[in-house]
Order: sequence, then C-alpha cells, then structure tokens
Amino acid sequence: MTTNTRSIGRTVGVAVRSMVIITLVLGPLYCLVITGVGQLIFHGNANGSMVENNHGAVVGSTLIGQSFSDSKGNPLAQYFQPRPSAAGDGYDGAGSSGSNLGPENPELIKSIAQRRQQVATFNRVSRAQVPPDAVTASGSGLDPDISPAYAKIQEDRVARARQLPISTVQQLVQEHTSGRVLGFLGEPTVNVLELNLALDKLD
Amino acid sequence: MEWFSAVASLVALGVILAFCYRYLGDYMAWTYVSEKDWRAERGFYRLIGVDSKAEQTWQSYLRAMLIFSVVGLLIVYLLQRVQHWLPYSLGMAGVPQALAFNTAASFTTNTNWQSYSPEQTLGYSVQLGGLAIQNFMSAAVGMAVAIALVRAFAGRKQATIGNFWVDVTRSTTRILLPIAIIAAVVLMAGGVIQNFHAFSHLTTLAGNAQQIPGGPVASQEAIKELGTNGGGFFNANSAHPYENPSAWTSFFQIVLMLCIPFALPRTFGRMVGDNRQGYAILTAMAIIFAASYLTLTALQLGGHGTAPQLAGGAMEGIEQRFGIVNSSLFTTTSTTTSTGAVNAMHDSYTPLGGMMPMLNMMLGEVTPGGVGTGLYGMLVDAVIAVFVAGLLVGRTPEYLGKKIGPREIKLASLYILVTPTLVLAGTALSFSIPGVRTNVADTSILNPGVHGMSEVLYAFTSGANNNGSAFGGLTANTYWMNTALGVVMILGRFVPIVLVLALAGSLAAQNKVPATAGTLPTHRPMFIGLLIGVVLIVTALTYFPVLTLGPLAEGL
Repeated sequence: MTTNTRSIGRTVGVAVRSMVIITLVLGPLYCLVITGVGQLIFHGNANGSMVENNHGAVVGSTLIGQSFSDSKGNPLAQYFQPRPSAAGDGYDGAGSSGSNLGPENPELIKSIAQRRQQVATFNRVSRAQVPPDAVTASGSGLDPDISPAYAKIQEDRVARARQLPISTVQQLVQEHTSGRVLGFLGEPTVNVLELNLALDKLD
Repeated sequence: MEWFSAVASLVALGVILAFCYRYLGDYMAWTYVSEKDWRAERGFYRLIGVDSKAEQTWQSYLRAMLIFSVVGLLIVYLLQRVQHWLPYSLGMAGVPQALAFNTAASFTTNTNWQSYSPEQTLGYSVQLGGLAIQNFMSAAVGMAVAIALVRAFAGRKQATIGNFWVDVTRSTTRILLPIAIIAAVVLMAGGVIQNFHAFSHLTTLAGNAQQIPGGPVASQEAIKELGTNGGGFFNANSAHPYENPSAWTSFFQIVLMLCIPFALPRTFGRMVGDNRQGYAILTAMAIIFAASYLTLTALQLGGHGTAPQLAGGAMEGIEQRFGIVNSSLFTTTSTTTSTGAVNAMHDSYTPLGGMMPMLNMMLGEVTPGGVGTGLYGMLVDAVIAVFVAGLLVGRTPEYLGKKIGPREIKLASLYILVTPTLVLAGTALSFSIPGVRTNVADTSILNPGVHGMSEVLYAFTSGANNNGSAFGGLTANTYWMNTALGVVMILGRFVPIVLVLALAGSLAAQNKVPATAGTLPTHRPMFIGLLIGVVLIVTALTYFPVLTLGPLAEGL
C-alpha cells in the first residue's frame, strides 16, 4: 500500500513537472514562433487582410463581410448587398454565429419568405430569380461573399443608383468573381466589399 | 457540376491520404519503435524525472495516463477561474465554475465541446496557455493508448506495454508539433490571422461601426484539426473566415483531420509485422467514410425540408465559398474523426442530413476516428468481429495470433457499451428529471418540436464520443448541461481507455498461437465485410429507437 501511495505521489510529481514544461513550450513559445513567421512573411494575412478606401482609411477586411445598409438598417441601393447575417445585429465581428434555425422552424420559414419578397422588390426581379444564398444566413454570419447569381440580379439596381452604364457594372462583377479553386473545390464567389470598393473608386 | 465537385474532392482526398498512409504511417511506426531518444527528449525526461528505457505494466501505464490527464484538467480549470488576473485576457472576466469545469473536461478529453462563445468569454492567455496545450496533449494521449494496444498485439508473453511518458513525448515532438508548425504556416498563407491585436474598431465603407477580432488563430487552428480536437478560436469555428478563409484552406483542414487517423492503420500493420492487417482496417474505415460522405452530400443537395425547399437549396448555415459539397465533406470528416469542428451549422441541415453527423459519431468514431482513439476503437471492433466469426464456425476466436478468451471479450463488450449508455442515459435524464426537464425545454433548446429533442440527443452523442460538434442552437451554458456533459465527456473518454489498456495488458501477456487451417484470415475481403457489419449493426440496434424520435421523425 505504501509503495503504491509513494508511486502515485511520484507520478503526480512527474505529471506536474511535465505539464509546466509542456505549457511553456507549446503555449507561448510555439505561438510566438508562428506569430513571428506570420508577421515576417505573411504580414497582410496575419493581420487580418485589411483594406483601405480611396482616402487611405481602413474600412474593413476582405475576409469579413460587412453590412451595406444605412443607420436604420435599410439596404443602400448603390452598393451590392451581402447575404443575411445572424451575427449579432448583422455582421457583428465580435459575435460570429449562424442562425442555427432548423429546417422545419416556422421562424426560419417566415424569414426566408420575407427575404425573398424583399430582395425581389428591391432589385425589381421576379421572386423565382432570387438565389438561395440571398435568403439564407451563413454559418459565421460574416460571409464576405455572395454567389454570382445573387450579384447578377443586383447589377441593374446598382447601375441605376450610380447612374452608370450596366456594362460597366457587369464588367466589375466579372472581375471580382472567383471560380472554384482548382476547378472543383468550393463554389464560385463574388467578394462584396472588394466589389463595392471598386465601384466607389470609379467616382 | 456539384457531383463532379463531390467526386473530384473525394478522389483528391484519397490520393493525398494514400500518400499519408504509406509514408506518415511508416514514419509513425519508426517513431514508436525507435530505441534512440532525441537530445531535447532526453533533456525533458531528465527534467521531469523519468527513465525512458523503463517499461510499464498496463496498470502503471494507466496510472500515468490518468494522473497526467487530471493534472492537465486542473490547470485548464484554474487558468479559466483566474483569467481576470492573467495578461492578454482582453478584459474578460474569470469563467464561472460550471462552465470552467465543462471546458476543462472538454479540452482534456479531446472533445472540445464549447458551451461558450470564445470571442466573448476567453482571452488569449487561456486559449494559448490552457486550451492549446490540451489540444496537443489529449491528442498525444490518444495516440499513446493506441500504440500500447498495438504493442500488445505485436509482442509475446510480455508483462509491459511500453512507457507512457515516452509515447506521449514522441507523439508530440516527432509527429504533432512538426506537422502543426508546417500546417500553421500554410494556413497563414491562406489568410488565417496570427497576431495579438485586441478588437479593432473601424468604420465600414457604408459608414457603419464594425469590430474586427484579432488573435493567434493559425497556431491554434493547425493543432485543432491535426489533433482531431475541434475547439474553435471563434464561435463560428471553421465557418469563420479568419479560421478558414477559402475553399482550399477548408480542404487542407480536412486533410489535416484525416492524415493521422488514416495513417495509423499502417503504423499498426508495420508494428505487428503484417502490412495486410493495416490495409484491412484501412479499407473498412475508408468504405464507411466514403459511403457516409456521399449519402450526406446527396441528402444536402436534395434539399428536403420546408425551409431548404423554400430557399431553393439547403444554404442556411453554409458559407458561400464552401457551398454544400465542401461543407458535406467537412462535416463527414469532422464527425467520423473525433474533431467536431464545423464549417457549416449542422442544426440547419436538412432533417436527414442532420442525422448523418449523429450517425457518424454513433458508430463510435472509428471511420477513421480521432488520432489514436479511432485505431483502438476499430481494433476493439475487430476483436468483436473475430469473436462473432468464431461463434459462427465454432472455433476459439483469435486475432493476430492472440486468443480472444472470456476476459478479452468481456473487456471488448464493455467498451462497446460505454458510450451508448452515456448517450442514452444523458438524453433520457435531460427529459425525465422534473426540474431539469423544464430547464432544458425552456432555456437550452432553440428549435421547436422533434428538432429540439435532436439538439439534446446530438449534444450527448457528441459529448460521450468526445466529438465536440453540436446542433449549435442548443444553449449548453446552463448548470445541468455544463455538469452533465462534463461528466459524460470524462466517462466517455477514460472508461474506454481503462478497458483498452486492460485489454492490452491481457493480450501482451499471451504467447502467439501459430495460424492453422482453421484460423480466420483477418486481411481478406470477407473479414473486412464482417468488420463493417459489426460496426454498423451494433450501432443500428443501439440507436435506431432514439433516432426515430428525433431526426427520422422530422425527415420522414
């Protein structure tokens, strides 16, 4: 019994000593080495892929979606609109989240119907033309992208609001559309912030 | 086009994993059989006071593993409790008792269930000083236990099964850490952030205020996937663009989750001196994995359910850059391993699609399972399979020359029973204890109807199998959920390990019996089929009734 107790005590000692050393090496040290490499080689990426507007002010990150609504929450006609967001009040960078509403949840069913109507009216298209990503919230609530189909139904409305020829807007959308990676990974995307920044740069 | 993507992704994944199987598998076998310690390892053994040449009986191996895990658990608990005194805590308060217990249990058991929203609860000090350490250590412990079992099959008449400290150290220094460093750099190249900035406040293009988070994410993300841990730096986990910026980083994370679990059968084959045994285990794992993935993809693309049909596709909870196909592959990977990371919200999946991650976990996470846990789980299933075959032909069952006697089969049967008991009891108690029932129904459950029941079933399935993914609508930060899930995670982790090490002890002590004409060959297609059958039938019989109350009721 005593040998057993002693051997347990010894093992506890080994466990505590090892956890202390491991914590120092795999905590701060590992993290600092990776941070050092990141800040040296991938400076922009490691710091969040931030972008500036025409005047040199940081207006966001190309990876983090943002809302293009006025202070009352109404979508601004001159900007391409992102997907619905369940992060906080919408695109809250401090509260990433999906809606987590189930496929038969009446609340979700109602929201989808309302969004479809709103998107159709806002862009003056038929309800059937509204693609799935325009009426569903993403997993993170910070999705920076929309589908090319959702971009397409917004082109005419943005062109009218900015008094630009539709071909110019279409051209920009084209330039900001990315296909599937290697032809098979993921889905085609249009980055909303980059597209809207490019529109602002036209002025 | 979707199906082309789905099949091309699977083929690409298969090619990469075949490469991992061959080379990483051999490398890992060398890691564990090599006589030589590295210089840094020798220094470490000296500092902690361990003789690396001393072999342990299964009892001392188990004791070291348990004490090491308890110490780890206490450290994570304490760090959270004193968070407000630690530097780089972003002004976050100390974590309350029940939540701190749940989180400590969760990360020490390789579950990484998160009852909290990280960006609103934990600062950098706890994330990198507590959670990240357990991301490495819980993975290393799983690998150590698997290797101990493999040694027991490989050896003859041995009283010992290896040295726990050496196995854990080498798993870290020679496998996990080098791959994690490379993976973190690759992830940063893909846009994952790595800094110590606090939230930055900025004005968006449209003139609104927005907060952008910072943090040492890439370093955590790498080991989160590699060690099949799954605990996200952010609430949205791998759906968050700073954790998973693009379709290729998503695919890369899938590879990270699968590389060690799918390579370990090779390590097993090498160590028992017959690579064909490794192929057999691998094949059984791969067939179930591929079937599960293709089924989920079909269900999600089918888009059944009222909301998905109304939206024109099951895109709720899915990021545009990943789409349905990549999310299906990620979900399958994350729930067939013990990772539990998510790049899409399972709660919003189609009714039957949402059942697939649950089924994957219910199989016991053996296809291919977590790092180490998957291999030892599958080897226990193999023991059951040879036993069933032995009953059919009326011969004493044996596996790799070891007789499967009453003691072995008792241990294996108990192993199979542990997680279902925890899952079903946890779910049942949540709905039957009077006070708890109202709390669960009013506070925890988000979605009405049978889907709410699925949320609770999912939580206990995830906890008991040490997965960590969730039907995220569930509010798990309540006294009952935190405590019950914490206990379930601890039992779901350590009771099976005790049984596996006991099994290892009794197998190691046996001599090898030579194969005769009556021995069932365990590398042939027939055995692979039998093994798949055992994995599926045990699960189906155990869980079918409860599935009919939840996802099946909703989906059919």
